[in-house]
Amino acid sequence: MSAERVAYLNARLLDPATGLDAPGALLVQDGRIADVGPHLFKDGAPSVSKVVDCKGLCLAPGLVDMRVQLREPGEEHKETIRTASEAAAAGGVTTMVSLPNTNPVIDDVSVVEFVARRAQEAGRINVRCYGSVTRGMRGEELTEMGLLAEAGALGFTDGTRAVASSLVMRRALSYAKGFGLMIIQHPEDPALAGDGAMNEGEIATRLGLSAIPADAEVIMIERDLRLVALTGGRYHAAHVSTAAAIEVVRRAKASGLKVSCDTAPHYFALNETAVGEYRTFAKVSPPLRSEDDRRAVVDGLADGTIDAIASDHAPHDQDSKRLPFEQAAFGAVGLETLLPLTLELVHNGRLSLLDAVRRLSTAPAALLGLPAGTLRRGAPADFVLFDPEKPWLIEEKKLRSKSKNSPYDARPVQGQVARTVVGGRTVFHA
Amino acid sequence: MSAARKPSEKSEPEAIYRFPHKHLLGIEGLGRKEIELILDLSDSYVEQNRRHDKKSDVLRGRTIINLFFENSTRTRTSFELAGKRLGGDVINMSVSTSSIKKGETLIDTSMTLNAMHPDVLCVRHPHSGAVKLLSEKVNCAVINGGDGTHEHPTQALLDAQTIRRHKGPIEGLTVAICGDILHSRVARSNILLLSTMGARVRIVAPPTLMPTAIERYGVEVFNNIRDGIADCDIVMMLRLQQERMKGMFVPSIREYFHFFGLTAEKLAFAKPDALVMHPGPMNRGVEIDSELADDIDRSLIREQVEMGVAVRMACLDLLTRDRPGNEP
Repeated sequence: MSAERVAYLNARLLDPATGLDAPGALLVQDGRIADVGPHLFKDGAPSVSKVVDCKGLCLAPGLVDMRVQLREPGEEHKETIRTASEAAAAGGVTTMVSLPNTNPVIDDVSVVEFVARRAQEAGRINVRCYGSVTRGMRGEELTEMGLLAEAGALGFTDGTRAVASSLVMRRALSYAKGFGLMIIQHPEDPALAGDGAMNEGEIATRLGLSAIPADAEVIMIERDLRLVALTGGRYHAAHVSTAAAIEVVRRAKASGLKVSCDTAPHYFALNETAVGEYRTFAKVSPPLRSEDDRRAVVDGLADGTIDAIASDHAPHDQDSKRLPFEQAAFGAVGLETLLPLTLELVHNGRLSLLDAVRRLSTAPAALLGLPAGTLRRGAPADFVLFDPEKPWLIEEKKLRSKSKNSPYDARPVQGQVARTVVGGRTVFHA
Repeated sequence: MSAARKPSEKSEPEAIYRFPHKHLLGIEGLGRKEIELILDLSDSYVEQNRRHDKKSDVLRGRTIINLFFENSTRTRTSFELAGKRLGGDVINMSVSTSSIKKGETLIDTSMTLNAMHPDVLCVRHPHSGAVKLLSEKVNCAVINGGDGTHEHPTQALLDAQTIRRHKGPIEGLTVAICGDILHSRVARSNILLLSTMGARVRIVAPPTLMPTAIERYGVEVFNNIRDGIADCDIVMMLRLQQERMKGMFVPSIREYFHFFGLTAEKLAFAKPDALVMHPGPMNRGVEIDSELADDIDRSLIREQVEMGVAVRMACLDLLTRDRPGNEP
């Protein structure tokens, strides 16, 4: 068993951690990458248990999706850890991190352990979670961050709610610093956002929808950055979506603050016009923004201001979405469309293939302190084989996720996962 | 263009044109000719409504359901009378939104009603876009009786009808719409309709009640009512929708009336023959001075109500004309 050696030959190896982008081979043993490189097996057939001919496909570290809503425990009719794992595997995701907005909230060690156990039972990919910053995500008392971290929580966030109180945020940043863990903020000033349903502007006015101004994002981030300077804590702004916020993060990074951020494909693949005539599948949080903001997100990804791309996978059943727009739930599924949508930036010449993999895998793994995100010798054998050119059509009914709320139905994309390997084991094969 | 100015009798509009849409969900998407078709037909119904015998059999055998998810007396009554005067069978359904929240969804309600084969659904709903959502799930024609802060097309049509009967062609008139624009579906529909018909539209409101990017509609924006109504032909006041005020948009009613309430003194800035409109129900002493509201020389408010029935008759007629009933 432990002696099983699998060789992946004839691949285009992509490892942003080492800058490797070359044809070559990779050897898996004991669930780890035993060897890798352009020269491996050059001199003939290796003595291995199994050989996989990659036929020139890209072999990259598996995607590390740092922002996924799992719905289990509590809303298993929308998604379970098992169904999300299936979807993730099909999308080339080898590690996903759950937000704590389950029911019960992940604010207690027992829930962290529950997620770990259910993930193991599902047995597909690595499933980790964040703890909430505050008990019940109510924004008041801090959770037992140390104990949660010991149990396996990778960081702290109140999920889709902002930590609104400056005092609570200050203490959270301060306290989490003691454990070297980061606070991940949903950067939206809740008072300013109110009960807005889409981005403020001409389209919202014409549709008569209550709206959220773009400034709600940058206001929260600017406040938080002051608190980061005050506390020296680690801060991560989730799903940045506005030009102003990206510029503020850019300047903060230049000044040496410990700050990072991610975005989701919605914010570079769509803009507010996707709402059309009240399409609730295009209702996400933060809302889809203007075309200028969308361009700023692409620029932020290209220059590295935005560290990572996460799916922001938010499954919702029909009952939560087939409603008048203002009553419908926020969120879209995204595990299976994360890679092809990101590859649009490659095909459009805005990101190199290596940088795309960096944003999807290497960077989030590094932010979360995971050993994944690289093809280095000794790293876990979590990787994905994909054809970056292959054209296909996203079809919501074919999604593996239990919920089908994708705003990308019928969108033609290029780039498809051929095989996903986690811990040396193939968990998805096209 | 100004051919159909006098109330026209019978034949010619029907013969010229047919309403090309299945539903009436908003003014957006309607062209000048379509609007004129409705208004011309409405003129003939004004005559019918003033007769001793007000009933005809245009909608004989047709079923109209008034489905109101939001409280309304006048609009619902207006739709009901319109249907009955045309000889249709009219059912009123008031569904409080709280019972919707409890169980049955909007879509379930639409499917249930659809199975009863109505020919027209007249729908009001507190959420923008809800009437369109419903229209996608039913076979019959749907008339938007007001959805959230989106549109209220029959109100805009009856306003246009009222204006046309007093001022002639709408093209070239200057109309000021004043008040709570932010929360007003009436304002949105009126801006679209009046602009389409060639009027100059001005918007007057305190900045907190002005929607973002409203200037993109091609309107002139004013924060001062005296400037806003200067030399206007029509001053259209909106209800200060207190039930929609979730926060503090204006500090007090007293302050609002002082700066934005229409009084004879402020109206003097408009043209000497300017007329005053209000979609109702009025808050006397909040957005309009009580005496001014009752001044029959200046106020068209009661006539608007009369036109409402005629315009809704025209809409019901056009949406069912030459169409098969809603059969299984």
